[in-house]
Amino acid sequence: MSTESTTREKAMTETTDDLPPQAGSGEAISVRGVGKTYAAGAGPVRALMPTDLEVEPGEFVVLLGPSGCGKTTLLRMLAGLISPTEGTIEIGGRPLFTGRDATPARDALGSLGFVFQAPNLMPWRKVWRNIALPLEAKGIGRAERKRRATELAELVGLGEFLDHYPKQLSGGMQQRVAIARALIHRPSILLMDEPFGALDAMTRDTMNLLLQKLWQDTGKTVVLVTHSISEAVFLADRVVLLSHRPGRVQDILDVDFQRPRDLTVSAEPEFGDLVSHLRGQLGGQQ
Amino acid sequence: MVSATQAPSPTEPRVGPSPKKRDTGPRWLLWVTTPLILAALIGAWKLYTVVFDIGELILPPPEMVWTALVDLLGQSMIYEATYVTFYETIVGFGIAVVVGVVLGIVLGKMRSVERVLSPFLVATQVVPKVAIVPLLLLWFGFGLSSKIFMAAIISFFVMMQNTILGIRSIEPGHRDLMRVIQAPWWKRVISLDIPAALPAVLTGIELGIVFAITGAIVGEYLGGDEGLGALATVMLAALRTDQLFAVVIIMTVLGFLLYAIVAGIRRFAIPWHESSGRATSL
Repeated sequence: MSTESTTREKAMTETTDDLPPQAGSGEAISVRGVGKTYAAGAGPVRALMPTDLEVEPGEFVVLLGPSGCGKTTLLRMLAGLISPTEGTIEIGGRPLFTGRDATPARDALGSLGFVFQAPNLMPWRKVWRNIALPLEAKGIGRAERKRRATELAELVGLGEFLDHYPKQLSGGMQQRVAIARALIHRPSILLMDEPFGALDAMTRDTMNLLLQKLWQDTGKTVVLVTHSISEAVFLADRVVLLSHRPGRVQDILDVDFQRPRDLTVSAEPEFGDLVSHLRGQLGGQQ
Repeated sequence: MVSATQAPSPTEPRVGPSPKKRDTGPRWLLWVTTPLILAALIGAWKLYTVVFDIGELILPPPEMVWTALVDLLGQSMIYEATYVTFYETIVGFGIAVVVGVVLGIVLGKMRSVERVLSPFLVATQVVPKVAIVPLLLLWFGFGLSSKIFMAAIISFFVMMQNTILGIRSIEPGHRDLMRVIQAPWWKRVISLDIPAALPAVLTGIELGIVFAITGAIVGEYLGGDEGLGALATVMLAALRTDQLFAVVIIMTVLGFLLYAIVAGIRRFAIPWHESSGRATSL
C-alpha cells in the first residue's frame, strides 16, 4: 500500500508539468474511529460519534445529512481545520494529525484542496489573483502564478474574467473561482463543504455538471458535503448518510448510474427510488 | 466560449458593472448647491446683523469679516501661523497614526492584552484633555512639542479603535482559507489582515485628521504665541471680532484641505471597497 502510493507520487511529480492541467490520480482517505466532542459550558457536546470511512483513490463520496449531523465537522477534520478528539485520519497513507498536540502535517495538507460554503474570495483581489493565492503562499513566482491561474480559470469557464473583481461576478461564478483556487496547487483530494448550497436551482445544476466533468477529467478524490438528497445522488459514487445529533454513519449507499451523468438521470425510476429511500431514512430521524 | 468545450458555459448573467451606486444625483450637483447654500447663509447672517442691529463686537457683518480676511491674507504672519498649525497637526497626526494603528493591530490580535489594558486606554480618553494642557505646557514647554503631543493624544484613540475593529471583523472564512492553504504567518498579515482591516483603518485616519487639527488648535489657544489658535486669542484680546472670524475661516479651510487629502487617499487605497464611491461625508 505505502510503496504503491509512493510510486504514484513519484510518477506524478516527474510528469506533472507535461500533463494537461490537473491530470493526476486521487489519493485515498482513511478515517478510523474518528469522533469529535466539543467542550461546552454546560458540559461536553458530542458532535460526531467514532466513525470509520474508507474513501478509494479517485472516488466521489458525498456526505449527506441534516444540519447538525456532524458532516461539516467531519469534513473540517479531514481538512485539518479542527482536530478530532479521538481516532486517526490518513491522507494517501500519511497520518494527517501528528505529534502530541495533533497539528496537521504539512505534506498531508498539501494534498488537499478545500471549497467552502461561501466563496470566500478576497474582494480586493482580481479573479486571477484570488485563484493564485495558494501558490503565493508557496512562494511561486508571479509569471508562473498567472499562467496557472489562467489555465484554471479557463477550466472552470471563466477565462474572460481574469481581471474582474469578485463583486462583478454572480454567485455561481464566484464559486467557480473558489473551485479553481482549490485546484491550483494540484491537490489529489478535493474537499467541498456545501459548495452550491447558496445557489439557485438552475445554477446549481450547471455547477454539478461542471464538477462532474472536472472530477472525471482529473481523477481526483472528492468528498462533498451537502444536505440536498438529489444533489448527493446525482454526484456520488457513494452516499454516506449521517444521522442527527450526535452524528454517526447511518447508511452507505452505492450509486451506479453511468458516467458522465446528465440531468435526465434524475428522471430514471432508479434515481427516484434512491432519493425516496434516502428521504425515508432522513425522515425517520425527526 | 473557451477551451472548456464540454464544460457548461457560465450561463448565469453577470450582476452588472458592480453593485449599483446609490442614486445621489448628478456629479455637478455639489458645485451648484454648495455656493447656493453658502450664499443663503451669508445673506441670513447679513440680514440678522441689520434687522436686529447687532454690534460689530458681537457679530460683525459679513463684508467686514471679508475685509478683515483680505487684510489678513496680505500679511505674512497669517501664513507663518497657518504653517505652524499645519506642522503641529501633521506631526502629531503622524505619530498618532503609527501609535494608533500599531497598538490597534496588537490589541486586535491579542484579546487578553486588550482586556488588561483597556481601562487605561479608556482613561486616557475620558480625562478632559483641555484640563491637562497646562500639564503638557509644564512638561513640554510653550513651544511646538506640547501642541504636537496634544494633537497626537487627541487623535490616536479613534484610529486605534478603528484598527481593532478592522482586525476583529476579518471574516472567519478567510482565516480558514489561509489555514487550508498553509499560508505562513507573514503571508496572513500581508495578504489578509492588512487589506481586510484597511477600510476601517482608513475611516479611523479620516476621523483622526479632524481630531488632530482640533488638538493642535486647542493647544495653541491655551498656551504659547504661535499658530492660528494663538492668533485667535490675540484677536479676541484686541476685541477684533472681525479678525477672529477671519482666523476661524482660515482654520476651517485648513481643516477642509487636510480632510480632503486623507479622504482622497482612502479612495485611492481601497478602490474595491463599497465606501470608495464617495468619501464618508465630503
